[in-house]
Amino acid sequence: MSPEFKPILTDGNNIVSQIWDPENECMSRDKLTQLQTDRLKETVERVNVNVPCYKDKFAKHSVVPADIQSLEDLSKLPFTTKDDLRINYPYGMFAVPLKDVVRIHSSSGTTGKPTVVGYTRRDLDSWTELVTRFMTAAGVTEEDIVHIAFGYGLFSGAFGLHYGAENIGASVIPMSSGNTDKQIMIMQDYRSSALVCTPSYALTMVDRMETLGVDPKSLALRVGLFGAEPWSEGMRREIESRLGIIATDNYGLSEIIGPGVAGECMNRCGMHIAEDHFIPEIIDPETEEVLPAGSIGELVLTCINKDAFPMIRYRTRDITRLDYEPCACGRTHVRMQKTMGRSDDMLIIKGVNVFPTQIEEVLLQVENCQPHYQLIIDRVGNMDTLEVHIEVNEQMFFDEMKKQRDFVLMLEKRLATMLGVSAKVKLVEPASLIRHEGKAQRVIDRRNN
Amino acid sequence: MKVEQISVFIENKSGRLAEVTRVLGEAGINIRTLSLADTSDFGILRLIVDQTDKAKAVLKENGFTVNKTEVVAVQVPDKPNGLSTILQVLDGGKINVEYMYAFVERSGKDAVIIFRFDDIEGAIKTLTENGVTVLKGEHVTRI
Repeated sequence: MSPEFKPILTDGNNIVSQIWDPENECMSRDKLTQLQTDRLKETVERVNVNVPCYKDKFAKHSVVPADIQSLEDLSKLPFTTKDDLRINYPYGMFAVPLKDVVRIHSSSGTTGKPTVVGYTRRDLDSWTELVTRFMTAAGVTEEDIVHIAFGYGLFSGAFGLHYGAENIGASVIPMSSGNTDKQIMIMQDYRSSALVCTPSYALTMVDRMETLGVDPKSLALRVGLFGAEPWSEGMRREIESRLGIIATDNYGLSEIIGPGVAGECMNRCGMHIAEDHFIPEIIDPETEEVLPAGSIGELVLTCINKDAFPMIRYRTRDITRLDYEPCACGRTHVRMQKTMGRSDDMLIIKGVNVFPTQIEEVLLQVENCQPHYQLIIDRVGNMDTLEVHIEVNEQMFFDEMKKQRDFVLMLEKRLATMLGVSAKVKLVEPASLIRHEGKAQRVIDRRNN
Repeated sequence: MKVEQISVFIENKSGRLAEVTRVLGEAGINIRTLSLADTSDFGILRLIVDQTDKAKAVLKENGFTVNKTEVVAVQVPDKPNGLSTILQVLDGGKINVEYMYAFVERSGKDAVIIFRFDDIEGAIKTLTENGVTVLKGEHVTRI
């Protein structure tokens, strides 16, 4: 790869980012459609031969590879779900012999068995390139010191960003997750300039810095690449103002490749999906119908340039919207909006659809309210109840009981307006809500127990 | 004329109050007086201690949410009508009391009443103009 760097000025602050792979990232739509069609046909033929699960599913849907002649034919293919991966645990979905697999990763497995994914050497190379693209788009250069605070292990996040940063030529600190005090010390001493972690862990670090009396703005940090959990625009503003950095979003899931599926450019108007590798669709999660461009629905992804573990119409469960309007950065790849929640996180409370991210928005509208919260849903008699537990910080703590109670009532009122269902707000002590490897556990649903 | 007070958010569950006093005790901080306001979910513990800033810092280090506020300490003779006189003075000055709590001085002759006012300057002015003894911060923290 010898990229012709194409600098882009985005605003008055002289924020410059480059395009790593202009040939692929800025490919014309016609050329892209042709490439996608060729790669889709090849992939479908290959999985039909090599993966019994796909062969059976295609047969059940009365579809044969020859039926797929254009991108419109994609919808003839059946969906693949996490259940398919569980049934074929651990290696049943691999499309190459294990001897060609050089790496195994696994999803966090929050529900039941984890899912196992494999990479050939070529897959690892593509993965590296894809991560390099979005890290470059976020402004990371060879001058940067990239501090990776994702856990290294079965989780694909840390390795993906690690390879991308090295490919750019940046200096990588493979810090891994946990031990916040040490993270902060290393950030100070090694002058980390780019931070990679979950957005909620970024806030945990700022909290800790404040407790330790470390001014976040005295650090060399200038950019953050946050992912692995949904986060709102409000949370972005909070991270940016408290850490004094540019916070960028990226998207990926281990079933598809890990991080590198999509990432923001400096215009931050959605994440460009690497369309030369993946074909996105938006469906209604209930009816499974493909929705027209611009609709909000569940993202479905098909891998068209992957050897070991190509997913066909994989239901990501992530709710988003696609925007095909050309982006000012020059990239032609479609942009996906920040994920708005997960179709399986969608809570139906008293018959109303509720996404945890809506609650986050309400909390962030209240000045200085940090988004460490948890939803507890229960059923009393035949009635659903919703409690929102919020960790108290100094800005929302008053020494006068009346003000404290008024604050709680104000939050309850705003939540009811936003959600259309009533919610009881309970204030809890800092750091008392459960966190799972840096990922905030947002929802506890006790209705099915 | 003002006294520094710290307030601590505590969840209404067993052991939290004990945890606050343990943290303060281990840091060698002496509690002068305290008051606890509570609901079924949470409580607000207000403390006057001998080392306010240190108390705030150690509690924060131990994960508590802590704020510092200013209150007024008034000396009242420990006899009938003592408090009533002061409340009448405040009422006359149209000063609202947010909350108050009291303790008796070591001498046993006087009580000290801690007041939280919204308008702290106005309250001090009204009290002193009416001959009420407003104690200095050091006086209260060193009792």
